[in-house]
Amino acid sequence: MHIVDRRLNPSGKNLANRQRFMRRAKAQIRKAVHESAGSRSIKDADEGGEVVLPAQGVHEPTFRRSGSGGIRDHLLPGNKEYIAGDTIQRPPSGGGGGGNEGSPDGEGEDDFRFALSRDEFVDLFLEDLELPDLAKRRVVNAEAPVWHRAGYSVSGSPANLALNRTVRNSLSRRIALRRPKPEELQALRDEIEALSGEDDEARRVELEEELRRKERRTGLIPFIDPIDVRYKRFDPMPRPVAQAVMFCLMDVSGSMTEHMKDLAKRFYVLLYIFLKRRYKNVDVVFIRHTHQASEVDEDTFFNSPETGGTVVSTALEEMQRVIDERYNPDNWNIYAAQASDGDNTASDNDKTASLLTKQILPACQYYAYLEVGRDSEHFPPGFIRRDSDLWQTYSTIIRAGAPMAMRKVGHRRDIYPVFRELFAKKTGSEVTPA
Amino acid sequence: MSVTLDRTEGKAERPLFESADWGFETIQRCHDEIAKIAIDELGLDVYPNQIEVIGTEQMIDAYSSIGMPLFYKHWSFGKQFARNEAMYRAGMQGLAYEIVINSNPCISYIMEENTATMQTLVIAHAAFGHNHFFKNNYVFRQWTDADGILDYLEFARDYIMSCEERYGEAAVERLLDAAHALMSHAVHRYPRKRTNDLRSEEKRERERRLHDEQVFNDLWRTVPGKENTRHDPTAEERRRALLQLPQENILYFMEKTAPRLAPWQREILRIVRIIAQYFYPQIQTKVMNEGCATYVHYKIMNRLHEKGLLTDGAMVEFLKSHTNVVFQPDFDDPRYSGMNPYALGFAMMQDIERICTNPTEEDYQWFPHIAGTQDYMAVLRDVWANYRDESFILQFLSPHLVRQFGLFHVMDDSGEPNLRVEAIHDERGYRKIKQALAKHYDVSWFAPDIQVVDVNLAADRRLILHHRALNKVLLEEKDARLVLQHLADLWGYDVLMKEVDPATDSVLKEHTASPRAGVIQSDPS
Repeated sequence: MHIVDRRLNPSGKNLANRQRFMRRAKAQIRKAVHESAGSRSIKDADEGGEVVLPAQGVHEPTFRRSGSGGIRDHLLPGNKEYIAGDTIQRPPSGGGGGGNEGSPDGEGEDDFRFALSRDEFVDLFLEDLELPDLAKRRVVNAEAPVWHRAGYSVSGSPANLALNRTVRNSLSRRIALRRPKPEELQALRDEIEALSGEDDEARRVELEEELRRKERRTGLIPFIDPIDVRYKRFDPMPRPVAQAVMFCLMDVSGSMTEHMKDLAKRFYVLLYIFLKRRYKNVDVVFIRHTHQASEVDEDTFFNSPETGGTVVSTALEEMQRVIDERYNPDNWNIYAAQASDGDNTASDNDKTASLLTKQILPACQYYAYLEVGRDSEHFPPGFIRRDSDLWQTYSTIIRAGAPMAMRKVGHRRDIYPVFRELFAKKTGSEVTPA
Repeated sequence: MSVTLDRTEGKAERPLFESADWGFETIQRCHDEIAKIAIDELGLDVYPNQIEVIGTEQMIDAYSSIGMPLFYKHWSFGKQFARNEAMYRAGMQGLAYEIVINSNPCISYIMEENTATMQTLVIAHAAFGHNHFFKNNYVFRQWTDADGILDYLEFARDYIMSCEERYGEAAVERLLDAAHALMSHAVHRYPRKRTNDLRSEEKRERERRLHDEQVFNDLWRTVPGKENTRHDPTAEERRRALLQLPQENILYFMEKTAPRLAPWQREILRIVRIIAQYFYPQIQTKVMNEGCATYVHYKIMNRLHEKGLLTDGAMVEFLKSHTNVVFQPDFDDPRYSGMNPYALGFAMMQDIERICTNPTEEDYQWFPHIAGTQDYMAVLRDVWANYRDESFILQFLSPHLVRQFGLFHVMDDSGEPNLRVEAIHDERGYRKIKQALAKHYDVSWFAPDIQVVDVNLAADRRLILHHRALNKVLLEEKDARLVLQHLADLWGYDVLMKEVDPATDSVLKEHTASPRAGVIQSDPS
C-alpha cells in the first residue's frame, strides 16, 4: 500500500474552471453584484461575499423524464396504516404519497448561490469605471525604494555571495595558473608506490621531485582566492507612486437630515473604495461646514450634530487651506466630493463660484457635487422643479467646461447608479438635468 | 476459506490508536490490520491500495470534477465547485469522508480533518469494500478498464487542452456543452457484437459440419419444405442496417455519422462518451456498491474491536457514524428523500448473512439455494460478483426486509383523481413490491429511452429520434428543447424528436430543432 500526502499540492487547482464559470456567467454575476451592492451595508461593500444567480443562466440541460403526467409508481418505506387497495388523496404539490421524486439528478431548480472573493467582487463592482485625469504621478521620497538586481560586485555581505560566479572565476584562475589537479597528484603517488627495486631508483627520485614541485604549487595557488569572490549586487530604484487625496465636503447645517447624511456617506465610501483601487496611497480629508468650516475626523464628520447657517465658500476656503498646507497639487491627485442639500446663503453664491473656478478646480483632478434630497422628494425623471442655489451656481461653472460633475440623489438605491454615471468610461463632465 | 471466525485467539496487546490524532504510521498499521481481516477472514480480492490524504478544498475539488483526480477543464466543474464550496461554508452540507476511484491501483482519498477512527472506517469502507466490488463485479469488469483509466484521463485532458490552443477555448467549450448535454445518452447499454476472428470462425464451422454429419438423415431431403422466400431488404432497411440504426448511444452516432464535424470534434465527443461509459456501472450498482462497502466496514470494525485493536470509545464513535449512514427515514418524515442506498444495501447484505446462518421457515421457501448454507461470505462474494442492483433486489429482497422497512407500493396515474396503494408488506404484496422496487433501479426504466431511428443521408439529412415514453411520462420539455438544440448543432441539420407511446405506437408529442450557424460547425451551410 502507498500513502500519498496530497495536502501540499498546489491549491486552487480548480481556479481555471472557476474563471471559466465566471466568464460564462459574467452578465448574471454582474447583475447580481450590483443588486447585492444595493442591499448590503456599504461599509463592507468591498468585502466580497455571496451572490445569488438565477438557476437558468448556468443550467445544464439533459434529457430527463418530466416530473408530472403519465403513470408512475412509488415505493415508499415506513407503511403504518395503509392496506392494499386504499386510495390516498393526491398531495397538492404533485408529489406522490409524500415521496416526490424530484428531479433525477437530485438538484432542484433553486437559485444558484456562491461566494465571490473580495477581489472578484470589487472588480465586478467597479467594472467599466475610470478615474478622470490620472495624469499626475510623482516620485515620493517617503516610499521605500525597490531593490533591483544589478549584476555583480566585488564587495558585499556574505548573504549575497554569488556562488556560481565565484566558483567560475576560481576555476578559470586555477586553469590559467596551472594549479595541479588532485587526480594528477594521486596518479604520481600511485606511480611512486608502484616503483620498486634498485634499477628504478633514478626514475623514482625524478618522480618524487616532480611530486614535491606540484605539491608546492598546489599550496601556493589557493582553491578560492579573494580575487574570485563576487557578490550579487542590488541597486535601489526609486519607485514612482501615484497618490491621491480625497476631500469630502459636507454641509452639516440643520437642513441636512440623517437620511441625507447617510446618502452622502454611501457616496463617499464608494469613492474611497474606487480611489483605493487606483492609488496605493489615498488620503481622506473630511471638511464639514455650516456658516463656518473645519477639518474633522471621520466620526465627527458623520455623527456629531452641528447647527448654523450655510455658507459653502467657507468649506472651499478650508479646503484651499489644507491643500496649501499639505497637498501640493503638483504632487497629489486631488479629488473632491461635495454633498449638500443645495442650500446656500444667497450672498455667498458668487464668492463660491469664483473660489471654485479660480482656485479649487484648477488644483483638482475631479470635483463631484452630489445634491441629496429627501426620500419623498424623489421625483421621476423629467419632473421640473426649481433648482437649488448651489445647483444653479454650479451649472454655470460646468457650462464653462470645468472638470466637474453633479448629480441629484434622493434614495439610497440611486447612489450606485449615480456613482457609476459619474465615473463611467468616456463620460466627461457634462450635466444631465435630474 | 473458513468463515467461522476463531474467537479464542488472544486479544491484541494494545489498540491501533488511542486518541483521535493520526499519522502515516497509524494509517499504515490500520491498513495492515484491516487487510488481515479483509483478505484472510472475509476472503476479499482487491486491487493494490493507494491512499491519498487531502484537505477540504481538494475534497470539494475532487467532488466537482466527478471524483476524478485529473480532468479536463470546463466551466460546469467551476460551477459545481462554487456551489459545493458555498454550501459547505454555509454549513448546509458536510463533506464526504472519502472518495474512491475505480482504478488499478485503487485510489482512495481521505480527508485530513477526519479522526483516526474515521480514517480506519474509511479505509475499511473504500479501500477494501468498494475496491473488492470494483475488481469483482461483472458490470465493472465488462465496462471499465481500471488499469487504463488514469492514463486515459490524462490523454483526454491533454488532448482537450491542445484543442483549446488550436481552435480556441470558446469552440471547445461549445462542443463540450453539447456533449455534456447528451452524456446521459452516450453509453452502450449492451456489449456490441464482436466480429469473430478467423480461428473461432473456423472452429464454429467445423462444429457445425460435425453436427450435420451426426444427425444426417437422407430422408429429410425428400420432405417437401416451404418455398425458399428470400426477404429483399428495402432501401430504408439497408440504410438503417448500414448506419447501425436504431442507435441508443447518441454521442456514438454523432461521432461516427455526423456529416460535418471536424476530426478533433469527433475525438472530443469520443472522450466524453468514453467517460460516460466508465461511470455507467456505478449508476447500475449504487445499492450493491454501497451495501458491499458498508457491510465490509461494519464487519471489519467489529472484528477490530473484538481483537482489542479498537478502543471502546472509538467503537462508539464508529457506531454513531455508521448509524447515521444507514438511517432510512419513513416516507412521511420531513427528512425523507427517497430510499437510502446505504440503508437498503446494508440491510440486504445482513439479511443474506441471516438467511445463511439462521434461516426461518419462510426463508427456506423463498431462498432454498442459500438458506442454511452457513458459508455466508461465499454467498455474498458470489452476489457481489454477479448481480447489479436490479437483479440483486429481484433475487434477494426477502419478505423479512419488506416487513422491516414497511415498504408499500403506490400507483400514481395522472388520469385518476387519487393515488392507489397497490401492495403492502403482506403475503400478496411481497412479490409485487420486490418487482416494483427492482424496476426503480433498472437503468432502462428510470432513464428515458431515446434512440436515433432514421436519417436519410442522401436527402435532407434530417435526423429522427424516438423517445419511447414509458407509461406516457414525457420528457421535461424545456430541457428537451435545449438538448435537442445542442444535438442539432452537432448534427448540422434539422433534428426531429417524436415522443411515442410504446403501447400503441402513437405519437404523443414532437420537438424539432435547427442548427445555429457557427456554434459547432464553423462554416455556414
